[in-house]
Amino acid sequence: MNEQLKPLLEIKGLVTRFHTLDGVVKAVDGIDFEVYEGETLGLVGESGCGKSVTALSILQLLRCPPAEIMGRILFEGKNLLELDREGIRKIRGNDISMIFQEPMTSLNPVLKIGEQIAEAARTHKNMTRQEAWRWAVEMLRMVQIPGPNSRARQYPHSFSGGMRQRTMIGMSLSCNPRLILADEPTTALDVTIQAQIMSLLHRLKDEFNTAIVLITHDLGVIAEMASRVVVMYAGIVVEEAPVKEIFKDPRHPYTQGLLGSIPVIGRKRQTGRRLQEIPGIVPSPMETPSGCRFHPRCSKVMNRCCRQEPPMIRLNEHRRVSCWLEAHSTVKKSQAGGR
Amino acid sequence: MLNYLIKRLISTIPVLLGISLLLFFMLRMLPGDPAQVLAGQMASPEDIENIRHQLGLDRPIYEQYATYLSRLVRFDLGLSARTQNPVIDEIWARLPNTLLLAVVAIMLACLFGIPAGIISAVRPYSWLDYLVTMSALFGISMPVFWLGLMLVVVFSVVLKWLPAGGTGSWQHVILPSITLAALVIAFIARMTRSTMLETLSQDFTTTARSKGLTEKIVIIKHALRNALIPIITVVGLQFGLLLGGAVLTETVFAWPGLGRLIVDSILARDYPVIQGAILIFGLLYIFVNLVVDFIYAFVDPRIRYD
Ligand SMILES: Nc1ncnc2c1ncn2[C@@H]1O[C@H](COP(=O)(O)OP(=O)(O)OP(=O)(O)O)[C@@H](O)[C@H]1O
Ligand SMILES: [Mg+2]
Repeated sequence: MNEQLKPLLEIKGLVTRFHTLDGVVKAVDGIDFEVYEGETLGLVGESGCGKSVTALSILQLLRCPPAEIMGRILFEGKNLLELDREGIRKIRGNDISMIFQEPMTSLNPVLKIGEQIAEAARTHKNMTRQEAWRWAVEMLRMVQIPGPNSRARQYPHSFSGGMRQRTMIGMSLSCNPRLILADEPTTALDVTIQAQIMSLLHRLKDEFNTAIVLITHDLGVIAEMASRVVVMYAGIVVEEAPVKEIFKDPRHPYTQGLLGSIPVIGRKRQTGRRLQEIPGIVPSPMETPSGCRFHPRCSKVMNRCCRQEPPMIRLNEHRRVSCWLEAHSTVKKSQAGGR
Repeated sequence: MLNYLIKRLISTIPVLLGISLLLFFMLRMLPGDPAQVLAGQMASPEDIENIRHQLGLDRPIYEQYATYLSRLVRFDLGLSARTQNPVIDEIWARLPNTLLLAVVAIMLACLFGIPAGIISAVRPYSWLDYLVTMSALFGISMPVFWLGLMLVVVFSVVLKWLPAGGTGSWQHVILPSITLAALVIAFIARMTRSTMLETLSQDFTTTARSKGLTEKIVIIKHALRNALIPIITVVGLQFGLLLGGAVLTETVFAWPGLGRLIVDSILARDYPVIQGAILIFGLLYIFVNLVVDFIYAFVDPRIRYD
């Protein structure tokens, strides 16, 4: 584990709301977690639970409708939410970069691949045009694009999905960032390519000693890459644990549901396995249920769950869970902390 | 590329044939007798008959068209009924004036329309955006001749800054080109706004921002470059509107261009000149569209012609 290291990124009480014509959407509703240097943190949860919004909030990339972001996002101790536009711009792509889900639409169709990598290097590293271009070719070589010299001069439409995602990885690493926010980097690719991209990311992460927040639906990927897992549901964190423990002993009924309730030895080796279906649907962020947000879908629901929101219970230094079941069973030794 | 060009050039032939055919018969459906107009009020029936024979108007209409066509393929547009000068000379004398007006107007339109559209899209629903969209609406709903007259009243009659009409100096170009450009500015601003709104919300724009690029680079290099295709399309299409607008503008400002030549020739029922001038308009329009198609391939690497 990474407890000996200091946190690179600390998220404290992050709330992100959208003011839309239909009302206020609380996409992220008060979450806390840390990312340590060089680690891979898995961020999992069903579609719509606020994973992407969390990542985009960190770099303040949410534009329309204007998002209201509250709380604190401490990166190397300084609050990113207090920076001005120029301040956050200098962080983007340089200290923290991002990889997006859709390789087909995330690259600019009318700019050369090389240029799209080089412009980041030019912006942050004061490179000349030639230097940046050579650097871009180097990045393409690093992400194992064959013939990087000629490929750099091509446009995205002549790249396959896998190659585009490699390009995105190269782009995100081009300024040697401390942290990469990878938002479902392989969801849009076919399974064989997924494995290649993941192992590439894994290798480069170690080489560059970059921390990764890996957002994914794919528990196989989490098992292979992440050291810790944060489980989100309807805009909040419901459980956090080291990766081994979450597979061995998931505590929150939602996490158990995601894992298919009973942990099976060897399951984590099945890469490409999707989340299990849990009955019901994620509540709309405009009308979250009373009490515990998961109670309408929970198989172990109790009276209390419908009325009162469960506290965040610290089970030990590495584990926390927000569920009344834990509150009852650990009532003596509980050290309820924060939310 | 060359093959494509040749194909395109060949395909203009039926278009031009179509224009000439339509024009020829539509003109002859107009009320009024060219021979009568040419001969004047006092002419005797024999005089009129003579002129009619001279112009070949006494022959069956399909025969007239066949003659016209056989001359056309030899690039012979005939003689003006009014002045007896070769039509081609009449057109050559006026064409540069119209082109000058059109080119200045298109440049003005791009110079003002594109930045206005960008500003609107970058700050949607701000007062600047409302200013731009309201002015664009105004520009689109305003009749060209009315705008021309208003400009003359304000800048020539009241302020006496600029000449009310005619040619000769750069000052003469200002009012007519503004008149002509107004509508096009409005169209381009609207198109730029809507396409920029779209490209600014696309994934690659978020990627560009996530790289830490400055807002200026994100807007110009990433969003605008992707919005260029529809903008260029509008500019190309507007060119046709501009040629039509030239007829009105040139009349208001007594500008000696093709548009006014057409108006004068219609009044005089000077068929050969009308046919020639409109055919040239058609050619110009086709040419501009061809240029636009080649610009497409230049700005968008996904477009290839072969
Ligand atoms: N710009 C926006 N305006 C309004 N609501 C939004 C906006 N972006 C996201 N939301 C809402 O916020 C909630 C969380 O969205 P988010 O994209 O973070 O989900 P996610 O966990 O990333 O899901 P997925 O796995 O499908 O990517 C969703 O209900 C979504 O509808
Ligand atoms: Mg998402």
